[in-house]
Amino acid sequence: MSATYDAPDRRNLLDHMRQGVIGKPLDRPEGPLKVTGRAPYAAEYDLPRCAEGVLVGARVSNGRVTAIHRDEVSAMPGVLGVFADPAMLRRPAQGGAGKAPAQDVTQVDYKGQPVALVVAETFEQATAAAKALRIDYEDSSDSAHFDPDAAGVEPPKKPTDLGDLEAAMRDAPHHVDLIFRTEGHASAAMEPHAAIAAWDGGELTLHGSFQMVAYNVPELAASLGVDPARVRIVSPYVGGGFGSKLGISHDAVAAAVAARELGRPVRVVLTRQQVFESVIRRSETRQRLRLACDETGRLVGLGHEARVSNLPDEKFAEPVTQATKFLYAGDNRRLAVQVTRVARLTAGSVRAPGEAVGMQALEAAMDELAETAGIDPIALRKRNLPDKAPGEGIPFSSRTLVEALDRGAAAFGWDRRHARPCQTREGEWWIGMGVASAARVNMLAPAEARVRLHPDGRVEVESDQTDIGTGSYAILGQIAAEMLGSPIDRVTVALGDSRLPPGAGSGGSFGAASTGSAVLRACEAIRAELSSRLGVAAEELTLQDGLARGGNRSDTLVGLLGGDMLEETGRIEPGRTGKDYSQATYGAFFCEVAVNAFTAETRIRRMTGAFGFGRVLNAKTARSQCLGGMVWGIGSALTEALQFDLRDGHLVNHDLAGYHVPVHRDVPALDVILLEERDAVASPLQAKGVGELGICGAAGAVANAIYNACGVRPYRFPMTPDTLLDQMPDPF
Amino acid sequence: MREFTYSRAASLDQALGTHARPIAGATNLVDLMKLEVETPDALIDITRLDLSRIERAGDGVRIGALVPNADCAADPLIRRHWPVLSSAILAGASPQLRNKATTGGNLCQRTRCGYFTDLSTCCNKRTPGSGCDALKGVNHNHAILGTSDACIATYPGDMAVALAALDACVQIQGPDGMRQVPLREFHRLPGTAEAPDNVLQPGEIITAVTLPAPPPGRQIYRKVRERSSYAFALVSIAAVIKVESGLISHARLAFGGLAHKPWHDPAVEAALIGQPPGQAVFQRAADILLKDARGFGGNNFKIPLTRRTLAAVLIEATRD
Ligand SMILES: Cc1cc2nc3c(=O)[nH]c(=O)nc-3n(C[C@H](O)[C@H](O)[C@H](O)COP(=O)(O)OP(=O)(O)OC[C@H]3O[C@@H](n4cnc5c(N)ncnc54)[C@H](O)[C@@H]3O)c2cc1C
Ligand code: SF4
Repeated sequence: MSATYDAPDRRNLLDHMRQGVIGKPLDRPEGPLKVTGRAPYAAEYDLPRCAEGVLVGARVSNGRVTAIHRDEVSAMPGVLGVFADPAMLRRPAQGGAGKAPAQDVTQVDYKGQPVALVVAETFEQATAAAKALRIDYEDSSDSAHFDPDAAGVEPPKKPTDLGDLEAAMRDAPHHVDLIFRTEGHASAAMEPHAAIAAWDGGELTLHGSFQMVAYNVPELAASLGVDPARVRIVSPYVGGGFGSKLGISHDAVAAAVAARELGRPVRVVLTRQQVFESVIRRSETRQRLRLACDETGRLVGLGHEARVSNLPDEKFAEPVTQATKFLYAGDNRRLAVQVTRVARLTAGSVRAPGEAVGMQALEAAMDELAETAGIDPIALRKRNLPDKAPGEGIPFSSRTLVEALDRGAAAFGWDRRHARPCQTREGEWWIGMGVASAARVNMLAPAEARVRLHPDGRVEVESDQTDIGTGSYAILGQIAAEMLGSPIDRVTVALGDSRLPPGAGSGGSFGAASTGSAVLRACEAIRAELSSRLGVAAEELTLQDGLARGGNRSDTLVGLLGGDMLEETGRIEPGRTGKDYSQATYGAFFCEVAVNAFTAETRIRRMTGAFGFGRVLNAKTARSQCLGGMVWGIGSALTEALQFDLRDGHLVNHDLAGYHVPVHRDVPALDVILLEERDAVASPLQAKGVGELGICGAAGAVANAIYNACGVRPYRFPMTPDTLLDQMPDPF
Repeated sequence: MREFTYSRAASLDQALGTHARPIAGATNLVDLMKLEVETPDALIDITRLDLSRIERAGDGVRIGALVPNADCAADPLIRRHWPVLSSAILAGASPQLRNKATTGGNLCQRTRCGYFTDLSTCCNKRTPGSGCDALKGVNHNHAILGTSDACIATYPGDMAVALAALDACVQIQGPDGMRQVPLREFHRLPGTAEAPDNVLQPGEIITAVTLPAPPPGRQIYRKVRERSSYAFALVSIAAVIKVESGLISHARLAFGGLAHKPWHDPAVEAALIGQPPGQAVFQRAADILLKDARGFGGNNFKIPLTRRTLAAVLIEATRD
C-alpha cells in the first residue's frame, strides 16, 4: 500500500472490528504515573555528575554583545564555565522547521534574549553567577521598532482578492465595517522548557520537552553541526506545549554545547520568566472585518484583513484569516495578513494559530451583521454555508456546522435568548447569551508507527509521537487493541523517543489522526498475515479477546502465532485528499454571561460547545481537549494579554501572576457535545483533529453574549473592564 | 538567590534589635529573594513565637501577627463581628497561600508593580534614583491617589483595606519597647520612593493587630478584578455603613488598589453621614474621594471604575 493518502479510505475498518474499545472513554494508561509524580519530565532525570546551567537574558532590546566579563564570575563558588557559543540560539525554531533557527547570541534581537549560559555545580551557584555576570552591549535600540502601531507593514503574502469588495460594501443593503484588536498570548504550559544533554563519544542524548521529535532532532543536529543520526531525543512526557515546544528552544542547544565542552551532562531549565520572555508568543492582531449581505442575509462581500507582528526575517505570520477563507460564502472577497516588524520575542504558533484570534473577530462581526440585517444569528450563519470552498472550487470533506448549531442550541436553551440587548438584569448583573461558529483547518502529517504482536498475544505500539497531555498513549493503544482484537491491558505504547519510528508529532491537531493512521496500517499488515494463517480473506477475519475467527474457522491468537512475533511498520503521508477537498473541523459555541452593570466585570455563567471532528477515538480524551480549548477561549475572551512596554519591547507581565490564565472560578461547568462523524477523506481512521477546535471562535460567543447582556459591542480582546467601561449604560 | 544566614527565634527578644529580616509565611519575601529584588544577608524565622492566637480584648479583638490568613478568615469571632475582614482575606491569593501567609507578613507585602520585580528595569523603589519605568510604561494597575513623580505603585493587599476601615491598630515591638500605630498610618505614601513602604523600623517585629469594638452597620468587602480569583484588585472597597431612620448614621470606608496604602479619607465618610442614601449623595462622596485622582495612561480607567464601584457598594450597604 502506498503511504500517500490519495484516495479516501471508505472501508471504515474500525467500525467493522469487534473489540469494542475504539471511541470508549478509557482512562489514560499513563495517568497514574503522572498523578503520583512517577512520570519523569524533562528536567527530572538524575544523571551522574550533571552540572546545572542558567541562561542570562539581554538587558538591551537590540544590538550586539561587546564583552562578557567571565573573569568576574569564574571564581564564584562552583562555577564551571560561561558559554556564548556561536551555536547557541537567538530564537527558537518555528514549528516543523526541521533546521537550525537563528543562532549567534552575540546579536541581540529583543530584550530578554538569552546571550550566555552560566554552568555551575549546583543550580543555586549557577543562578547566583548568572545574576552577577556583567555583559557590555552596543545598544542599537534606536533603530528598532517596538510598537506595532507605529512600525510600517509589509505587503501581504498570497492575499485573496475576488470580485469587488468595495462595490459590494457600497451597494449591499446591509454591511458592517469593524476594527478588532486582540492582544498577544503566551502558551503558558505548566512544564517550563528544559533539557538535559549528555554526550557519549560523539553521540548526544537529550532529555527534553518537545512536541515534534522527528523535527526537533534535525533542528538540534543542525544547530550543533552534527549528524542527526548521532542525536537522540527522549521526550516521553511533556507538561503541555500549546505550540511553544513545536521547535527546539534555547535550553536544548545551550545544554548540548556546555555538555560537550565540559565533558559531563548539563541541565538547563528556563525560569518561568525566561519562558515568557524568550520562547514564543502569539502576535497581537489588528483586524478589519467587512461584511455585506443582501436583504435575505446572503453574504455578498467578505473582507478580513489583519495586521500581525514578528521579528525581522521570521516567516511566520499569525494566519488570522485561515478559516475565513472557507467558512462563509460571499463572492466579493478580500483576505490579507500583513506583518509589521517589532523587536519583541519571536511570534509563532500558539494554541490554534490563526483561528484562535481570527474566528473570534469574524464571529463577533457576524453577530453585528445579523443584528444590522435583522436576521437571527444562527440563521445568518446557516444561510451562508458555501457549497464549495470559495475561490478554490473544491468540495468539503465533511462539515457538521449545521448540526453543531442545532444540537448546541437545543442543549443550551438558545430559544430563551432575547434578540434585543439589555433585557435581563439580575441585581447588579446584566445577563446575555451569544453564539459563534467554530472552525479549524484539518491536516494530515507524515507519520510512522511500529506495531509488534508478541507470541503470547501482547501488543506493543511504538512511535516518536509525543503525548503533550492530550492522550496519545491512550488512543494509539485503543486503535491497536481494536484492530488486533486485544484486551486494552495487553497493549503497551512507547512514545517520545527519536529511536522509535517518526510520528507526526503534536501540532496543528494532527497527531492523533496521522500517527493513529500509521498504527492502523501497521495493524492492517499484521491482520493480513493472521488472516492468511487462518486461511480466510482479510475482510473475513474477526479478532476479539485473543480469538481469531473467519468463515467457519477459528483459533486462538496465540495458536495462530505459533511462537512467532509479528512486527510491522505503518506509514502515512498526506496526498491528494488534502488538495482535492477542503478539510476542516466544525462546531458551535453557546455562552451565557453576566456583565456587572457597575464594574463591567464579565463572568461566564454557562457555555456549551458542540463539535464535529470525524471519528471520536476516545470520548474522554476528546472531551477533555474540547474543554481545554473552551478554557483557552475564556482566557482569550476575558483575561489573557501579554503586556509589552512600547519603549523597549520588553514583556512586563512575564509570569503566571501577571499573565492571567483562567482559574477555576472563571470557568463554570462546561457542556461538551461530541458529534459522531466519519470523514474518510481526512484519514483512514475517518478521524480529524480535535486539539484546537475548542478555542476557535469561543471568545466570539462571549463577545456576542456581552453585547446581548449590556448593549456594548466589544472590539478589544481580552474584554477586561477597562475596555467596556466607558460604553456601559447607566447602572442605576 | 543570594546567600544568607538563617536563624530561628526561640523568643521574641531574640528577634528584636537584630538586623536580620523577620520571615514568617515566606510567601512574599522568598519570591522576591529568588528574583534578587530582596537581598537580605540574614533571616530570622519568627514562626515559632507565640503570636498565633486570636483573643478577645475588651469589646475588640487581638489578632496575633502569626495567625495564618486562613485561620483569621475562618475564625467564628471574626466572622461574626468583623465579617468584612474575613471577606477581604478570602478575596486574596489562594487557599494554599492563605494557609501560609500571616497577619504580619500580609501587612508588609510589597508592591506588584511589574518593574519593581524585574531587575532589568529602572525602579526608584528598588534602586533609589534610577527612575520609574512605570510612569510612562505599563501602568494598568498602578495608583491614582497619593502618587509622586518618583513612584506610582500600589499597596496590593486586601486584608489591610478591611483593617483600615475597621480602624485597626498595629502593635509593634522593638528593642526599646512596644508602640502602637494606627493601621491607617502604618503604610506610607511613596514620596521620594526611597522611603520605606511602611513605618516599621529595622529590628522591630509586628506582634499583633488589634481591632476596636465592631462598628455598627452592614459590612461589605468588594474587590474588582479581571480574573475572578487569584488576582490583585483593580479597586477594592471595605465598607461598614449603618442607616437609621432613612439617614446614614455611621460610615467607614477604605479603598484598595488606588494608592500606596489602604486609602482612607474622612471627608468621604463625612459626606455620607447624616445624608439619605441616594445616587446624588453617592456621587458626591465619589467626587470628594477622587478630586485629586490622577491617571497615568494605562490606569485612567480606575477613576470611573472607582466611582462606579463605590456606588455599587453603597447601594448594597444601604439597601433595606
Ligand atoms: C501568587 C500570589 C497571589 C497573591 N494574591 C494576593 C491577593 O490577591 N491579595 C492579597 O492581599 N495578597 C495576595 N498575595 C500576597 C500574600 O497575601 C502575601 O504574600 C502574604 O500575606 C505574606 O505573608 P507571609 O507571612 O508569607 O510574609 P513573608 O513573605 O514571610 O514576609 C513578608 C514581609 O513581611 C515581613 N514580616 C513578616 N512578618 C513580620 C512581622 N511579624 N513583623 C515584622 N515584619 C514581618 C518580612 O520581613 C517580609 O518583609 C499573593 C501572593 C502570591 C504569591
Ligand atoms: S511605580 Fe514604584 S515600584 Fe514601580 S517602577 Fe516606579 S518606582 Fe518602581
